[in-house]
Amino acid sequence: MQILKAPNYDFLKLRGYGLALSLAVIGSGLALMAARGGLPLGIDFSGGTIVIVKFQDAVSHDAVRDALNTVSNEKVVQAYGDPSAREVLIRLPQMSGVEEGASLEAGSTAVVAALGQSNLGSFDVLSTEIVGPVIGAELQRRGVYATLASLGGILAYVAFRFRLSFAVGAVVAVFHDILVTLAFLAFFGYELSLNVVAALLTITGYSVNDTIVIFDRVRENLRSMRRDALPEVINASINQTLARTIITSSTTGMAVLALFLFGGEVLRGFAFTMLVGIISGTYSTVIIASSIVVLLTQRRVASGRNAAGSTASQARNQKQAKKAKARARAS
Amino acid sequence: MNTNVRWKALTIVTVLGLAVLAFYPPQERVRLGLDLKGGVHLVLRVQTDDALRLESETTSERIRQALQDASVSVGEISVVAPAQFSVTGVPSDRDTEFRRIADDQILGVFNRESRAGGAYDFRLKPNIEVTLRNEAVDQALQTIERRVNELGVAEPIVAKAGTGGDQILVQLPGVTDVGRAKEIIRSTALLELKIVEAGPASTREALLDARGGVEPPQMEVVSGVSDFSTGTTPDVAFYLVRTVAAVSGRDLRNARATLDENNQPAVGFSLNGEGARKFGRVTGDNIGRQLAIILDGRVQSAPRIEGRITDDGRITGSFTQQEAQDLSLILRSGALPASLTYLEERTVGPTLGADSIRAGLIASAVGLAIVAGFMLVYYKLSGINAILTVLGNLVILLGFMAYVQATMTLPGIAGFILTIGMGVDSNVLIFERIKEELATAKGVRAAVAAGFDRVFLTILDTHVASLIAAAFLFQFGTGPIRGFATTLFFGLLANIFTSVFMSRTLFEAVLSRRRVATLSI
Repeated sequence: MQILKAPNYDFLKLRGYGLALSLAVIGSGLALMAARGGLPLGIDFSGGTIVIVKFQDAVSHDAVRDALNTVSNEKVVQAYGDPSAREVLIRLPQMSGVEEGASLEAGSTAVVAALGQSNLGSFDVLSTEIVGPVIGAELQRRGVYATLASLGGILAYVAFRFRLSFAVGAVVAVFHDILVTLAFLAFFGYELSLNVVAALLTITGYSVNDTIVIFDRVRENLRSMRRDALPEVINASINQTLARTIITSSTTGMAVLALFLFGGEVLRGFAFTMLVGIISGTYSTVIIASSIVVLLTQRRVASGRNAAGSTASQARNQKQAKKAKARARAS
Repeated sequence: MNTNVRWKALTIVTVLGLAVLAFYPPQERVRLGLDLKGGVHLVLRVQTDDALRLESETTSERIRQALQDASVSVGEISVVAPAQFSVTGVPSDRDTEFRRIADDQILGVFNRESRAGGAYDFRLKPNIEVTLRNEAVDQALQTIERRVNELGVAEPIVAKAGTGGDQILVQLPGVTDVGRAKEIIRSTALLELKIVEAGPASTREALLDARGGVEPPQMEVVSGVSDFSTGTTPDVAFYLVRTVAAVSGRDLRNARATLDENNQPAVGFSLNGEGARKFGRVTGDNIGRQLAIILDGRVQSAPRIEGRITDDGRITGSFTQQEAQDLSLILRSGALPASLTYLEERTVGPTLGADSIRAGLIASAVGLAIVAGFMLVYYKLSGINAILTVLGNLVILLGFMAYVQATMTLPGIAGFILTIGMGVDSNVLIFERIKEELATAKGVRAAVAAGFDRVFLTILDTHVASLIAAAFLFQFGTGPIRGFATTLFFGLLANIFTSVFMSRTLFEAVLSRRRVATLSI
């Protein structure tokens, strides 16, 4: 089967629109995050308490909030997973200025006690997560470091196997993917948890996959299509690998979709991040990476022309200008 | 089938066979993480300052004793900071003597600095400080390990963690009573037996009245419970005891839950050789006086010494049987050299764990089915090749994980599913390339060979990039994330093997039988 017979789309011409779309998405994402006061951090990074409770009978979230009024005013109560499962997630923020130690679990103990004393019926505590400020800060630091280090490692490897402009293009594409994914996480109300950051790190590797496949084809074509300019070569390469790009994204996307739909609530944030990352990854390779490569190559070529004095062409230009002036005076 | 292909096929079968051997039966061979098995994950910090303070206090106490024995009276000896104590009011005429006495006692562990007006500061030497801190963490680790082992948890993990060198990670699979586990782990369990000078009194002031309202030197006030055997509400009572303990937890040989004379739960303990000797001397010298049994700074009971006791005793109090057992467990394991604070706690109940496994397996099955279906439809018979490759991938991946005893977590199952998706990527690359080669009228076998050859480096490049990301992910993550990084890493390695070697061998096996004109791809 062949879904595309000898495709020949001019991708590079579309890059203006592509970049505009990316900027729109990333821009609105950043605006949304700014409006909400920063990235939505899960308790893994901001510290805090999460208690996931399964109630015997159906209860309303307001009733739960009322029961917990004595515990904290800044609590968050939301459904965990399918509403019919009667599972509720209760989140308490990091209690500032509190000593670690005994007080660390004060929040969760208070929640369980308050729920027990209310008239909400019997319940099971499915899981608790309590992260103190020390660990939260440490995980933040490590998350940022890991992302940057991963990007750096990939940059180095791609530069080593191809050339520097390719590597820069690849890294810019990955950066773009991370920003787009963060924007979508903000749009859909997901927060940064350990799982989500793990997914982001995985995307750095996955996004580069596509880029490498296309660059590999570019490298091969550069050898055989010597007379064509770089933009044409890139275009041709993208078209040649288009079928593979679409199919791979689809199959990986399908697998991750299965995870998103059937994998349970714990992995939902992870699966969502991967989904967005896969789609964005493909898109970014076609539009972003290639644009950067072309941009850098053109600039290099252009500056090469000026710097080398290219005195021959300059002299020619001056002569032509003189001739034009002479003609103008004569007429 | 020609011999070359036969050897290749044999290699593949061997590898797959080894993998299956490694992970079968999966219930026993594959380790499950806490998020799948249920249990509790704790990160504690050892307050190493406590260990430093103990050193300062013991040394300053020794200096006080020595000064007293030499009849040198000074102003005040006090511990100013965990690693520092100072002596003020040293008489100038006995200055040299003081220095000699002090140096004898600090044994090169402290730095001595003098200030104006006969005052001296003693600061712990930096390298000694580092050693003491490390020792405290090591000791805490061993003590916690002993306590955790006594809890009877299967496959617990107790290990150093974090970057500061003072964090300890404890993982207890299958534990449901988290509160009790945490109490047992962090209880300092400092047992001291001290002679009672006066008391019990109902208030601190009443106790010190006769002494002029201040604690006499070498004595301190400790509070505790006064009445415990008749079941009335216990009142708080204050005792004046000698600061230096006759016997401490370090002298214990054993502790076990037992019953007292009223058949109430109690903790019986026995002393080791040195402890028995000390105990014998003290009880012999103080017949008729009360002996305060102090646990973590609170008086548990204060029985009268009726005769010389050498090697065992009993701690009574209003214990439940569980409390008596827990306390003997804690005493047996030894006291903690420093207090612990909890930094992180995650518990997963067993229901959530089982649900997660089920969800993960369903998602994997669905993912596999979708991908397999697609490959068959799009690449027809070659799709079978792809499916076998992906299955081989998963088998080898499980084999790797079982072989290195890696832990399977919920994100690890996600990694599984990702391996399915990414495994197909390599096949797609190869198949598309083969299609292109076929279009150049090369002949089927040549096209297949060319396809594999051209694509090999590309596959390698993409996998290395993902391997780099997986490596950093492993470094960044703890617990569940590490499980994911491991699955990803091994899945990628397995994929390189299956997509290049196994897939090609499958093609060659089919193609070498007879001349094939077209390829179902």
